[in-house]
Amino acid sequence: MSAGHSTYTPKTGLGRWMDARLPLPRLVYDSFVAYPVPRNLNYAYTFGGILSIMLVAQIVTGIVLAMHYAASTEVAFNSVEKIMRDVNSGWLLRYLHSNGASMFFVAVYVHIFRGLYYGSYKAPRELLWILGCIIYLLMMATAFMGYVLPWGQMSFWGATVITGFFTAIPVVGDWIQQLLLGGFAVDNPTLNRFFSLHYLLPFMIAGVVVLHVWALHVTGQTNPTGIEVKQKTDTVAFTPYATVKDAFAMVVFLGLFAYFVFYLPNFLGHPDNYIEANSLKTPAHIVPEWYFLPFYAILRAITFNIGPIDSKLGGVLAMFGAIAVLFVVPWLDTSKVRSAVYRPWYKLFFWLFVINAIFLGWLGSRPAEGTYVAMAQVATLYYFLFFLVIMPVLGLIETPRRLPNSITEAVLEKKSSAAVPATEQAKG
Amino acid sequence: MSATDSTEHTRRDFLYVATGVAGAVGAAGVAWPFIDQMRPDASTRALASIQVDVSGVEPGMSLTVKWRGRPVFIRNRTEKEIEEARSVPMAELKDPVARNENLPADAQATDIDRSAGEGKENWLVMLGVCTHLGCVPLGQAGDFGGWFCPCHGSHYDTAGRIRKGPAPQNLHVPTFAFTSDTVIQIG
Repeated sequence: MSAGHSTYTPKTGLGRWMDARLPLPRLVYDSFVAYPVPRNLNYAYTFGGILSIMLVAQIVTGIVLAMHYAASTEVAFNSVEKIMRDVNSGWLLRYLHSNGASMFFVAVYVHIFRGLYYGSYKAPRELLWILGCIIYLLMMATAFMGYVLPWGQMSFWGATVITGFFTAIPVVGDWIQQLLLGGFAVDNPTLNRFFSLHYLLPFMIAGVVVLHVWALHVTGQTNPTGIEVKQKTDTVAFTPYATVKDAFAMVVFLGLFAYFVFYLPNFLGHPDNYIEANSLKTPAHIVPEWYFLPFYAILRAITFNIGPIDSKLGGVLAMFGAIAVLFVVPWLDTSKVRSAVYRPWYKLFFWLFVINAIFLGWLGSRPAEGTYVAMAQVATLYYFLFFLVIMPVLGLIETPRRLPNSITEAVLEKKSSAAVPATEQAKG
Repeated sequence: MSATDSTEHTRRDFLYVATGVAGAVGAAGVAWPFIDQMRPDASTRALASIQVDVSGVEPGMSLTVKWRGRPVFIRNRTEKEIEEARSVPMAELKDPVARNENLPADAQATDIDRSAGEGKENWLVMLGVCTHLGCVPLGQAGDFGGWFCPCHGSHYDTAGRIRKGPAPQNLHVPTFAFTSDTVIQIG
């Protein structure tokens, strides 16, 4: 998969035999051992590896949970309680799976923000970025359907609200909603198909991850300077350098994961989901899982009609638009400089965007009334302004800082500038 | 192949086109059952109508029944509620259409056209499904004394008409009829 030519030489007889028939060891060696990575990668670049581990963890815990779970409205809720109380280590497996979903999203958000900060989406990495957006979409679909399976109140009403989005589509909306639900309301057919798809989608994610990594290994990684690799001294071998750095970050991340699993297993969930689904009673306050809250706030921010588009369709369009806009980011950013490190204004607007996204998430958890609506409207406006106005315009008018000639030069400059204050201190 | 071959229709061309067409039609034909199986099945569609005894529902009382997996609100309204609904000018309504399955699609959202009609104007029968995103509104709540949807804050008045909030339409009135003075058939 690497762009350079292979340096793999099999050392054993078996290795040579294998290499002539199915060169899998060669592929692994070239991709994960000899593969050159920029020498200046920081910890923000370790989240790709963390995400791979989380995908594997979710698939493994999910498969064993499916051995004890039953997708029928009659028994689903109780089968989950049975997993918690009766199945050996069932409580652990379920908490790993439910908190694992949250950790998966923590990692993907850091990964996406890292891409936005260092301009990882710019040519020639547009397809790499788009494949990542597809993975993110699949993750959201998987997480949503997984949340329906315990058949609690939030499961039921979350499914009702989210499939209700499709009724906003003119003419065919109701038909599409009934196609998704398999009925006129969320019921047994819905639960069954969601279980089937929840099992399928992670494997589709794995498939797109293969393409994502393939595209990454064709273009090579970006790095904090945003300057392409030019010479051999700009890189180090994947193993041991990147392997060890990734492994260390994974251990720290898994520590955080374990803290949630063992000390705060329900902190990120909702108590309402421990009440069995009741199709005649809506909980007083429906909120999605935390990782959907910013988009939920955008949905609810559109309370007014826009020309022929009523507020309901407008909200749904804004919400889907907030995700769709990510796909075209490579063409919205007009700057020739890749990394925010050398773009003082972009850096400012980027951090405002991060704060704004967290703020939207908080607003999504509040009831949709009073000043919360007005604040959500302002925050939604900034969300779209950032992509549609600031990104294209800033690239044309901003004066970037001086770029180093190479990664090596950047690293050496940083080392010498770090050394100067130290000697000055010694003088004083 | 020589140049003359490309202008003539050969048996090979015919086979290419025939195979392609058969393949496309076949693919579409096979794809349809895979999509069609997701639509509501026969047992779901069969839950067409139910009969409800409303003899015990006094003015000011409501009954919620389940029809096609969804709640239906049956309310015997008080004089005051009817009075309030009638006094609303039509221009103030967000959705001016009755949304009543028993009336023509363009019927106005007057109080009488929202209710069970002449002589039964105290009865209101509506799907208890918010027209925004499908939550169940709470009864006798909200700014207009009718229904209030807690999910995204839609307010409906005492005739089930949307007055404030993100919902685009009045609460839907399903097909129903009084089969006797005290029994309503829904569907």
